[in-house]
Amino acid sequence: MMTTEAGGDVRLSGISKTYGSFTAVHPLDLTVPQGSFFALLGASGCGKTTTLRMIAGLEEPSSGTVRLGEQDVTALPPYKRPVNTVFQSYALFPHLDIYENVAFGLRRRGIKSVKKQVGEMLELVQLGEQARKKPHQLSGGQQQRVAVARALINHPKVLLLDEPLGALDLKLRRQMQLELKRIQTEVGITFIHVTHDQEEAMTMADTVAVMNAGRVEQLGSPADLYENPRSTFVANFLGTSNLIEAEVDTRKGDDIVVKAGDCKLTLPESRCSAPTTTGGELLVGVRPEKISLAHADDAGGIPPGRNRITGKIADSSFIGVSTQYVIDSPVCPEFEVYVQNIDRDTRLVPGTEVVLHWNPAHSFGLDASQSPLAGTTGAADTQAVGEEAA
Amino acid sequence: MSTLTEAPPPLAPPAPEQKPPRGRGRLVPYWLLLPGILWLLVFFLMPMVYQASTSVQTGSLEEGYKVTWHFATYWDALAEYWPQFLRSVLYAGTATVLCLLLGYPLAYLIAFRAGRWRNVVLILVIAPFFTSFLIRTLAWKTILSDGGPVVGALNTLHVLDVTNWLGITAGDRVLATPLAVVCGLTYNFLPFMILPLYTSLERIDPRLHEAAGDLYARPSTTFRKVTFPLSMPGVVSGTLLTFIPASGDYVNAELLGSTDTRMVGNVIQTQFLRVLDYPTAAALSFILMAAILIMVTLYIRRSGTEDLV
Repeated sequence: MMTTEAGGDVRLSGISKTYGSFTAVHPLDLTVPQGSFFALLGASGCGKTTTLRMIAGLEEPSSGTVRLGEQDVTALPPYKRPVNTVFQSYALFPHLDIYENVAFGLRRRGIKSVKKQVGEMLELVQLGEQARKKPHQLSGGQQQRVAVARALINHPKVLLLDEPLGALDLKLRRQMQLELKRIQTEVGITFIHVTHDQEEAMTMADTVAVMNAGRVEQLGSPADLYENPRSTFVANFLGTSNLIEAEVDTRKGDDIVVKAGDCKLTLPESRCSAPTTTGGELLVGVRPEKISLAHADDAGGIPPGRNRITGKIADSSFIGVSTQYVIDSPVCPEFEVYVQNIDRDTRLVPGTEVVLHWNPAHSFGLDASQSPLAGTTGAADTQAVGEEAA
Repeated sequence: MSTLTEAPPPLAPPAPEQKPPRGRGRLVPYWLLLPGILWLLVFFLMPMVYQASTSVQTGSLEEGYKVTWHFATYWDALAEYWPQFLRSVLYAGTATVLCLLLGYPLAYLIAFRAGRWRNVVLILVIAPFFTSFLIRTLAWKTILSDGGPVVGALNTLHVLDVTNWLGITAGDRVLATPLAVVCGLTYNFLPFMILPLYTSLERIDPRLHEAAGDLYARPSTTFRKVTFPLSMPGVVSGTLLTFIPASGDYVNAELLGSTDTRMVGNVIQTQFLRVLDYPTAAALSFILMAAILIMVTLYIRRSGTEDLV
């Protein structure tokens, strides 16, 4: 039986994959620490599944190496790698019952008495009752758990999950996210999870690598990625960001003052991933929930030292916990603001002149040479245009 | 049809869906079945009844035949022609096994490896059907002719020594031996094996192969534990489509065989068309049908296809 001894980090060095003239994954270095829950996040076609399949051995890398702990597994076929995969839409064996599906890996490794282990594993995923059913007799969520059990029973060094929750409905997906997280904590195996759902990645993973067009854009903890995006793609793909085109004006201690239209905004230099030479272009970002909204008549009550922008409410939608406003501002045509529904100001209806203000510490600065629309819905087109222009 | 041109009355309530279809609509399935049922009645059931009655008639061609419920014809036919029955089963069985051995790798390649050549190869598999069955079998007569290149090559390679020892060829000849008949049967029924095999292999999700590999199954184990079990529906229908017609076939034995390789099909044909002993021919036909039914039932029971998805 494979053991999960120390030093079981997954190390990808310079790994890449090309199909003819198309590069699915650009040379990539990635270390996944042992025992972590790691997510590869990106839109479809960004190379995340290809990366996962190269770790599994289902795809041969065009260059680079895959190491599991001390072992170089680049040349090993999948059946010799101490790695198991939970496939998208599960790939359960339709001719075998649940028990035999789960026992498959153990039997292939010549383990005779599988009964105890299979029983325990089915208990772990709460499917003890279903052991003698065929996969097609189970619901989607149950099949998903079988797929996890079938992989986990082999005590792999790494469990690879390829969009494992994609086929489930929203409610079940939430439930399975927590379930998978529980199982991961319980067994302590490294999980590498591929998903296009940013919420899923943030809920489950300790570390998230955001991939775009075959490259890792940024890697970090979910909170770090959300608060300190270093590219417009990450800023837009993880949640929503308001990006304001601005020009660097002066420095004030650890802060930078920028000019956007006729407003002056302040942001901490430490949260600026782009060079900040005076007169240089910068994209100033701020998340919609960090912003407060005041009626233009109340502008005098805004505490000093906050960043402020004026605008007119273009649209508002009430979604229960919050109200989402779209503000038409001279510095940013579609500024999004989410306001918690605590004390609703009934004057804030479309057409009202408002002042937006926020703590400067919540702003971040990005390189202005990128498309401010990268990572938004329908970004594929705008990105292509952007690349041509570049 | 007139309703098609009229707009539906605007105030009519929408018909509730769970209501059974009324009037003519309810009869539609039966109307659709009617041509097929009529066809089977005229061309299958009536001849069957006619043959069944023929098989229990006695008499002669000159005096005419009468139904005398003479079931002894069955026992006599079986007693006299059991070697031909046995030979039919043996030849058809061997040809079926050969078809499976030849057809499976080909179907596998077409399903998983042929890529964009898939349709071309599939057409090539069916291509022989563009020529008549008889002409193709006659061509085999030339291919296997005495002193021809095939026999010469087999002789040089000492294959004939082995087949002679096995008793499936005689002397320097391949033609007019069991080997020739089995080869002809295999050739003629091969597409009937390949097509169902291909269909069931093609339906297998390639990710199941990946999943098996991921779960420590080497390629040969993946085949044994995943691919082959999942292709069982194709194996069963392929073997049935080959074995059933092959065991009733008489053309291959007629053209490529000798009097020592006569199959039950040849006997039936002779009894009907040459000896004109209609009761015996009819009885033989029914015995063959019953034998095939029994064998097929046992086979399907054993292979347990109803358990497969």
